Amino acid sequence: MFKKFSKEEIHSRSNIKSSVQRGLKANFVSLYPNIEQAIDLVIPKKSQVILIKCEDKIQLYSVDKSDEDGENREIVMFQHFNDDLVPTLTTIHKFPEAFPRVQVDRGAIKFVLGGANIMCPGLTSPGAKLPDENIEEGKIVTVYAEGKEHALAVGKLLMSTDDIKSKNKGHGVELIHYLGDGLWNYHD
Amino acid sequence: MAEVAPKSVLYCKICSWPPEYCEFGSSFKRCQAWLQENNEDLYNQLYSNANLSNQLSSLSIEKEAKLSADLEKKQAKEEAKAEKELAKKLMSKITIKRIERNKRKHIISISGMEVLEMDLKKICKTFANKFATGSTVQKNAEGKNDILIQGDVSDEAKEIIEKLLTEQGLKDVKIEQVDDKKIKKKQAAQTQTK
Ligand SMILES: [Zn+2]
Repeated sequence: MFKKFSKEEIHSRSNIKSSVQRGLKANFVSLYPNIEQAIDLVIPKKSQVILIKCEDKIQLYSVDKSDEDGENREIVMFQHFNDDLVPTLTTIHKFPEAFPRVQVDRGAIKFVLGGANIMCPGLTSPGAKLPDENIEEGKIVTVYAEGKEHALAVGKLLMSTDDIKSKNKGHGVELIHYLGDGLWNYHD
Repeated sequence: MAEVAPKSVLYCKICSWPPEYCEFGSSFKRCQAWLQENNEDLYNQLYSNANLSNQLSSLSIEKEAKLSADLEKKQAKEEAKAEKELAKKLMSKITIKRIERNKRKHIISISGMEVLEMDLKKICKTFANKFATGSTVQKNAEGKNDILIQGDVSDEAKEIIEKLLTEQGLKDVKIEQVDDKKIKKKQAAQTQTK
């Protein structure tokens, strides 16, 4: 989604109302219940969320950055049209336990970092990991890698994890956002 | 989830990824050098021999060998390119020029900052805040962007730039401080003696 994303694709920026901001947080928590206790760290109560509307109906949500290192704002989540809200990798790195996860084997890492969708065998081989409990098709999953600690991508399941295990053929995860893509390299 | 504090993640200043992924980037050697200088513990953890064997993957040996051969080829190519670029960068020079506006007022003009590949406007803001003065970006005659700062802050600016260069593994880039007034005088003196 963000392979070629850059500043030029931004149409507008606007402060969102506090009621909308509360709705956004509730929506995010309903999608990712494990983030509930940390949601005020993702979007602090007193912060002002800025909605950044971009080409292709992509909407980014940016907040004041809490940790001070020169940059003032940070994109914490985004949304394509009316699809589910998706956490950015920086948010995922801060709260890794809050999101459902899959793991690819080492061989798949460079393809993921190249922005390719993830093939089922890369999710079922010995180095890979899928959760025991099924995750439905269409759900957002964070993508980890064999031998690595941090997530390298986030994507959408193109089939349920049970189907990935049993069919083991074709695209399993549509890649949405990954280390080094346009969104990762964009600094608000 | 009892623990709600955000996890703090170190990112590589060279390629911007978590350092464990630097090996898949196009600046691996520079990334390694940066990490060794800035976080030796993690460097040892990632690149000590004992741990390299832990990272052995579950792929078949031949497949792994082919993948790493491919990757190495690509890396070698990209690294050669990156090294060339780095060498070019290290050859470049940042010039801090002190220009006298009148007897008491000075302005500092910094050129060659593009080597940092950072948003110059952001650097301007840093200067403006640090020195409580005005700072702006201006195109020079060569079409490149200079930073202008009000006030006699040449030495202080140099310190900040040195820090930025070190952070990016570019500390060998020379910073030259010149005084515009003296140059003019010297030139004037030279023309007189001719
Ligand atoms: Zn790196």
